[in-house]
Amino acid sequence: MQYEAPTSLDQAVALLANARGEARVLAGGTDLLVQMRTDVVEPALLVDIKGIAELREVREEAGGFRVGAAVTGAELKEHAALKRAWPGVIEAANLIGSTQVQGRATMGGNLCNGSPAADSVPALIAAGAKASIVGPKGRRELPVEDVMIGPRKLALEKGEIIASFLLPKKAPRSADAYLRFIPRTEMDIAVAGCGVSLTLDAGGTCTAARVGLGAVAARPLLVAEAAKALIGTKLDDAALARLDAAVRAACKPIDDKRGTIEYRTKVAGVLARRAAQIALERARKS
Amino acid sequence: MAKHHVAATVNGDAVEFLCETEETLLDVLRDQLGLTGTKEGCSTGDCGACSVTVDGRLVCSCLMLGVEANGKAIGTIEGMAQGEELHPLQRKFLEHAALQCGVCTPGFLVASKALLEKNANPTETEVRYWLAGNLCRCTGYDKIVRAVLDAAAEMRGA
Repeated sequence: MQYEAPTSLDQAVALLANARGEARVLAGGTDLLVQMRTDVVEPALLVDIKGIAELREVREEAGGFRVGAAVTGAELKEHAALKRAWPGVIEAANLIGSTQVQGRATMGGNLCNGSPAADSVPALIAAGAKASIVGPKGRRELPVEDVMIGPRKLALEKGEIIASFLLPKKAPRSADAYLRFIPRTEMDIAVAGCGVSLTLDAGGTCTAARVGLGAVAARPLLVAEAAKALIGTKLDDAALARLDAAVRAACKPIDDKRGTIEYRTKVAGVLARRAAQIALERARKS
Repeated sequence: MAKHHVAATVNGDAVEFLCETEETLLDVLRDQLGLTGTKEGCSTGDCGACSVTVDGRLVCSCLMLGVEANGKAIGTIEGMAQGEELHPLQRKFLEHAALQCGVCTPGFLVASKALLEKNANPTETEVRYWLAGNLCRCTGYDKIVRAVLDAAAEMRGA
């Protein structure tokens, strides 16, 4: 197995585009090394992207943030300005695995691993994040909700890498939140997860919202109907009930050891209500 | 395919080794450098027995390739005692009987040391969450948590 650690995106793209056998991008490795050990994947080439500057940096850009795809969860947690602006995204990323896993795991890897239950993805979707993708034909941007198209399936062409995520400028009186449900307190995979981002006007009425859902469909979802349930309201009980119903209507989960279809659907609605209320409290204080 | 030549430091000492791409940092530490204090448990990043620090950051050495250690500063359990003098965490683990079979202990000690370097005065809840990625099948955890809190108090001079 060949290992390369390029220091530029051009080199990384060329290595991946010209690879003959199976090639894998190595970021934190917390999923990939496990899959290699269990022979789920047997790559001929590993391209370690942690030597590329853009992928390892968080920087302010256009009033928002450009977050390198290979920045670790532990590093995200320590970035005070980013955490202040997008607390839901950071709390979602920090739910992945243990302290040890946080020392290596990245949001780029969480997305590209292609799990419908990836915790950071619904939060990025709710935040309106875009993936900045670099490949043989240059750079393009794709909304995060359009990156994963099914379990282990991504809308990336051969040779393309997610270099960074663009988190937009946060509007006044806006905030985000993410909640997931697991049957234990730590170290588990979401039964359901929900990210909510919303903006209030001076009178406290919701003027914009986005709702992202995880672990309840073949891929993480942006649920426009759920956002509509909040917009124009003050998140009163009736609005939260409509949000809950819209989220449940969007769920198409599977039955598995983590939960039944009925259970996951019910829990997703509850999480959406609670995440919306947390986002509301944060937006009032921001 | 030629082996990779890697230069790093382990517990402050410069080391060089050759490794295959497939070899994890854990494999290299144990099989090439003879540092067998770091234990192999699950090999999938769930149990924390192989915990080490890399540039000060706590990681599972089974989830990192040896070749990725190039240029890094690795910290292992062997770097914890100063000669014959045990680290306060090691002493408190003994005093509180925070180990039985001992396989998880190096990982718990390395992880606890990393916690106390970031947070000298953790709450019990913070200790339990920080150590959630370290599994122990003997102690039931309470003794470990008490040992860490006691060591933290001693190190603060409380």
